[in-house]
Amino acid sequence: MTTRIGRLLAVAMLALLTCGTMLAQNPMAPEGVKVGDNAPDFVLKNIDGTVVGPRTYSAAKGLILVFTCNHCPYSVKYEDRIIALHKEFAAKGFPVLAVNPNDSIVSPEDSYSKMQKRAANKAFPFAYLYDETQVVAQRYGARRTPQVFVLLRTRIGWTVEYIGAIDDNADNAADATQFFVADAVNALLKGTKPAQATTKAIGCTIKWKKG
Amino acid sequence: MIVSFVLAALLATSVPDVTLADVERRFAHGSDTVFVVNFWATWCRPCVAELPVFDHLARTSGSYSRPIKVVLVSLDAASDRTTKLDPFIRKRGMSCEVVRLNESKPHLWINRVDSTWQGSIPATWIVSRDQRVLYEREFTQRELHDTLTQFLKSSPR
Repeated sequence: MTTRIGRLLAVAMLALLTCGTMLAQNPMAPEGVKVGDNAPDFVLKNIDGTVVGPRTYSAAKGLILVFTCNHCPYSVKYEDRIIALHKEFAAKGFPVLAVNPNDSIVSPEDSYSKMQKRAANKAFPFAYLYDETQVVAQRYGARRTPQVFVLLRTRIGWTVEYIGAIDDNADNAADATQFFVADAVNALLKGTKPAQATTKAIGCTIKWKKG
Repeated sequence: MIVSFVLAALLATSVPDVTLADVERRFAHGSDTVFVVNFWATWCRPCVAELPVFDHLARTSGSYSRPIKVVLVSLDAASDRTTKLDPFIRKRGMSCEVVRLNESKPHLWINRVDSTWQGSIPATWIVSRDQRVLYEREFTQRELHDTLTQFLKSSPR
């Protein structure tokens, strides 16, 4: 009996602690990382069932970490451009690592099985991970989809070198005149810092868990 | 004759394009008016879900101590205007003013609205002659009423 009460208490304590953590990481205003910060490490489930994270890319010089999803029209508008980024930069040492941070109850189109379908339909050449607990989005302070964090490998881990938009025209790739992510990666490949290290863009809010 | 009537009806319900400078000029001419500007888009589900809140505010704006003007600023793409935005507004029959923002460099104009805005929508901008606050969040009817009441208290005439 006492053990049962003890166990109940432990569960209650755990629940309280979890709530405390949730409150500390208020999803409406995630603190996240800034340019120059160390990039938080993580591993998440990829669409092929494997577990993938930055450490998977042992030979990479850096990573193009993209918070994106299935349902957001802005993410869809950028899909081909994300594929193009991977095709251009994976060979140069900066592959794309895509993460879907949306809760599948709030946004059913962003479920794991729908991610698998989307990736197959579009033949994504990069890993597409499901941030089911939304901890990765919170740690990075991701606010919308699509949002890019360009990471650079250091001796001990990764640093954040760019946060923001892919380019300056979501509606039409042909009308874009500034290519923020490509410019940032090219600068890093040359051993310099991105000239523009943060940019803003319109996007879909991350669909945080309710309750 | 009939064609011109139909055309007129269609044109009448076409959402006009504005620049951010156009919107700001309105503020300057507003004297005592407090503007509640909601940034939204037809593709943004939480925005669409929130629209009735702004429609309600527009219909009940007479109950506040100062003139309130509600403006819905659509961020739909120009290419989506006739196919998505116009039909959406025609179907909904909104009672507040709707315009479409014709700005092309979001990394520049987002900061002109408010440097703290990260660019997610819905976002609501409450503007008086001497105070501008950008709320990067969703509102319920009650929350919008409370926020606006608080804003009016802190914004002298």
